[in-house]
Amino acid sequence: MFSMDLLLGAVVLGVLLGCFYAAVSVGLSVSFGLLDVPHVAHPAFLVLASYGVYQLNESYDIDPLVAGLAITPLFFLFGLLAYRVYYETFEKRGSDAGVRGIAFFFGIAFIIEVLIILQFGVDQRSVSATYIGKSWRFGEFRIPIRQLVAFAVALGLTVLLAVYLSKTFMGRAIRAVAQDEEALRLMGANPVRIKQFAFGIATAVLGIAGALLIIVAPIEPTLDRAYIGRTFCVVVMAGLGSISGTLIAAIILGVAETIVLTMFGASWAPAISFAMLLAVLAVRPQGLLGR
Amino acid sequence: MKRRTFLGGAMAVAVVGQGSRALAQQSPIKIGMSMPQTGGLAGGGKASLLGIEIWRDDINAKGGLLGRKVELVVYDDKSSASETPAIYAKLVDVDKVDLLFAPYATVPTAPIMPFVKQRGLLLMGNFSFQVNSKVGHDMWFNNAPWGPADSWAASFLDLAQKAGGKSMALLTADQEFAQNLALTARDVAKKRNIPVVFDQSYPPNTVEFASIIRALKAAKPDIVYVASYPPDSAGILRAVNEIGIGDDVKIFGGGMVGLQFAAVMSNLGSLLNGVVNYNTWLPEPSMYFDGTKAFFDTYTKRAIEAKVDPLGYYLAPFGYAMGQMIDAAVGATKSLDQKGIAKYLRENEHKTIVGPIAFSADGERKETATLQAQFRGVKDKDIEQFRSSGRQVILFPDKLKTGNLISPFEAARK
Repeated sequence: MFSMDLLLGAVVLGVLLGCFYAAVSVGLSVSFGLLDVPHVAHPAFLVLASYGVYQLNESYDIDPLVAGLAITPLFFLFGLLAYRVYYETFEKRGSDAGVRGIAFFFGIAFIIEVLIILQFGVDQRSVSATYIGKSWRFGEFRIPIRQLVAFAVALGLTVLLAVYLSKTFMGRAIRAVAQDEEALRLMGANPVRIKQFAFGIATAVLGIAGALLIIVAPIEPTLDRAYIGRTFCVVVMAGLGSISGTLIAAIILGVAETIVLTMFGASWAPAISFAMLLAVLAVRPQGLLGR
Repeated sequence: MKRRTFLGGAMAVAVVGQGSRALAQQSPIKIGMSMPQTGGLAGGGKASLLGIEIWRDDINAKGGLLGRKVELVVYDDKSSASETPAIYAKLVDVDKVDLLFAPYATVPTAPIMPFVKQRGLLLMGNFSFQVNSKVGHDMWFNNAPWGPADSWAASFLDLAQKAGGKSMALLTADQEFAQNLALTARDVAKKRNIPVVFDQSYPPNTVEFASIIRALKAAKPDIVYVASYPPDSAGILRAVNEIGIGDDVKIFGGGMVGLQFAAVMSNLGSLLNGVVNYNTWLPEPSMYFDGTKAFFDTYTKRAIEAKVDPLGYYLAPFGYAMGQMIDAAVGATKSLDQKGIAKYLRENEHKTIVGPIAFSADGERKETATLQAQFRGVKDKDIEQFRSSGRQVILFPDKLKTGNLISPFEAARK
């Protein structure tokens, strides 16, 4: 059943969903795209951040976005520590570190899952805020306000990170270490410290992304598994390390998913991510905005 | 003299030692199972397991089964269908358990049905739906109150038709349990000439339901039957609240798994109002039987330390009832012979804390005891409100009924 209203609605909701996907993927774009760290624990870090936000919201009635902002410095430190452990135990030891690094991050993801289960149990958790559960009405068309909030914050976060990486001294240093680590070393800079800082930034943005995750839908300890495919798909489709590409790829994915959900049947939706990834890579192997 | 006393004492110690060794050698009766303790079904799995553990503690306090202690051998199946065949093979061949309980839910149970049938093993089912319909195992007994396959959809559609419903939308999770429910709903609708104007399955891990609900609303159904799994039920209801479902809808719900759990109910709060959904046990006066209150007193205390569903209405008492039926059958047959236990279970009615249970030939309940109840007057963020009667008014079955349907759905939500 085709209807122009339904199609337009699907596009609008798809753009909102896509920006949310960008927010949960942008950290991975830095850690995996720029730093070549096989960070499969990225979605587990994300879910951990959501539980942090849940705890602050539940115990102190803090708004989820403010709670997300509050845990950002902690996640920055957590990122510094995680990279240092990864570097000392894997990356420092040779070229096959990447393969073994995947095992390291898988291990961390499972440990995080278990710790969350031990601390919070297995039940779904959600937060309360004035913008959750309500919608804006335009005639017959309604948009969930939580989706609009996620859209605005995600857009802001992605633009901020893109500006930081392209305009600031440290941001350019992070891009430089991604391009030629050895050249940086010859110039007297310590690439390991720059990578550690960049990994800290990539983890810190998960504070905000984790807040968006629990604003958009309830969370449970193993939710990270649902996001592994989507986040890696967005980052690879974007072109490794491209922040603006991440936003574009995520919006394309979100719109494609909602159009399929609305017009063609929900069963096809999961296939759409990877079908689009294959299509993009067939035409542009370096991804949408990759070099 | 001293030497004789010493020898006598030594002999006495030896005799006592022999006796206690003989008691210790009487090995426990092992009951094996997998249970979802992580993954999407974990909330239910843990509550179900706690119910079974309370039965184990009660039966051991009374001296066990056949004078032997009962021991549970439990593995986490991670809510996954791919884990259970290997776990049950291990339980039988390596752990050498005496009896088998099924894991909670249809998805992890379905793959072990061919195995238990092939080995001729008794399996006490734990809230799966229609897993034995094609396998036809005569030693399967489901503790769930479902009854005949179509009774679930039939009771919901009865209520819908009485409220004036004439067309149906079907929204279903792409999972074994939900698909089985949808299948029976389509059959019942066809028999009653109710056109299905929207019929969609959504995949696991769907993040956002707003677009699906928009498409459903555009089809203008007046009955909306939803067969969903716990992670999705909350997302669907939230989207319904935000997007709206239309004034035509007379009744909404039916088969939403998750709305029976305290955490989900507490999170959704007032969004639940008006939804008519299935349930198994509710704190209404007609639902108390011998031992029910004592069970919930114990459960409520232990649920806090076990970090499981604080209410535990949906699964936990049925886990306990599963043990009660085994207790009765083993006691009556005075053996662990699985064929004898199965014969006893098939031919007798069993008194349990969830009421009397009698099985038909396919191992399901002879008569459905599945409730259809409507959420009323639910407030936000208050688990305790669900302990009192009246929050979920029972509309079906008639003998347990505590009120009438409020329709249309939008009016019932206010």
